[in-house]
Amino acid sequence: MLIRFWGTRGSLPVALTWRDLRDRLARVLVAANGRGLDTVEKAQAFAEQQLGFPLRHTFGGHTSCVELEPPDAEPDEYFVCDMGSGARPFGEHVAARQAGRPATINVFMSHMHWDHIMGFPFFGPAYTHGNRIRIHGCHEALEHAFRRQQEPPSFPVPFSQLSAEVEFVHLAPGQVHRFPAFTVTPQPQHHSGDSYGFRFESHGKSVVYTTDSEHKLDDHSARQKIVEFFYQADLVIFDAMYSLADAVSVKADWGHSSNVVGVELCQAARVRKLALFHHEPANDDDAIERILRETRRLEELTREEQRLEVIAAYDGLEIEL
Amino acid sequence: MRISQRRYADTLVLSPVGRLDHDSCDAFSEALKPLLEEARGGHPIVLDLSALEYVSSAGLRLLMLAGKQARSQGGRIVIAAMRPLVAEIFQISRFTMLFEIHPGVREALTAASPQAAAAFDRG
Repeated sequence: MLIRFWGTRGSLPVALTWRDLRDRLARVLVAANGRGLDTVEKAQAFAEQQLGFPLRHTFGGHTSCVELEPPDAEPDEYFVCDMGSGARPFGEHVAARQAGRPATINVFMSHMHWDHIMGFPFFGPAYTHGNRIRIHGCHEALEHAFRRQQEPPSFPVPFSQLSAEVEFVHLAPGQVHRFPAFTVTPQPQHHSGDSYGFRFESHGKSVVYTTDSEHKLDDHSARQKIVEFFYQADLVIFDAMYSLADAVSVKADWGHSSNVVGVELCQAARVRKLALFHHEPANDDDAIERILRETRRLEELTREEQRLEVIAAYDGLEIEL
Repeated sequence: MRISQRRYADTLVLSPVGRLDHDSCDAFSEALKPLLEEARGGHPIVLDLSALEYVSSAGLRLLMLAGKQARSQGGRIVIAAMRPLVAEIFQISRFTMLFEIHPGVREALTAASPQAAAAFDRG
């Protein structure tokens, strides 16, 4: 199963500013001084091999949108979690790959907060006749949320004018739902207005998409349910928006979690890989890189038997399981 | 979980022993409850963490709540003598932002109460 991250930022899209770019260029120029980089190829190789991730890359700024490509998927069928602003480049990807052929896009919605639906009005395949979009979710108000954001005065194109056939499909939480390419199990999570995580399983591989989820540290029974939900997953895509200190103090009840709790839950569930996700928009690339380093160190300090690989998701990342 | 205690003038020094994790945090919370009463009337508490082997997120949350309760009672909690592993967990979780932390009990007592530091020096 291939996982593609189109949007990894929490709450609000962000972009590098001119100052970010200028400062980064200055650091790169200093690092490259005296290296004889007189061709683009040499410079690219230097960037790839010698520069650290925050200098040669960016974690990106689109809000939540994660594509899953199971091995048995039909060639014209797509699966994606959430429709944050990352849905715009995901839509371009679908259009380019389809080259005019109609597509079926299956969307799984964690919840309908703005940052998770804001990409849909800019999702190109919704404006193409012949496409079929099936939006799955556990919330009763799923359809209402999508229609409302395209009502005047918020957006010029009403939902009713979309050319694609759009269908809303209710999923019952806690039940295994079977698709030809995989099974998916939604799990209720603690978040304002409720959110749902999804566990996808295909050919012995499992991915848990769990964003916008606060874990109450004094609720042992809720913790046990989450450990069972994550159990032995190959990849857990985890809301690590805040530091633990913020998550349990000034930002308690804001509905998000931390890198520390991500490591603890994944270790308890014997997960193989943890992807830090839903990055705080106030964090720049250096800050996210620092959080990643510290999270890896925490995993090392607290490891018992199985190593948990820790990564920080970024826009454009692909993971093959 | 065991919490040993000793007193220096107006300051109580508490030393949790072992691991403060999801399994032990309820017992720790119960043991801490009566001891926090000491913070009433502005009396400081020093948490000597030299015998704490590990602290989980649930344990850190309990420490945060204890600090909050102490402040609401007019007192405060300062932390001292963390082992390197616990100090790293404090740093990674940003709990260093929530607590006043000192390298040793003597330094913590000096910051918390001059009388307590003097009593500590007298042995």
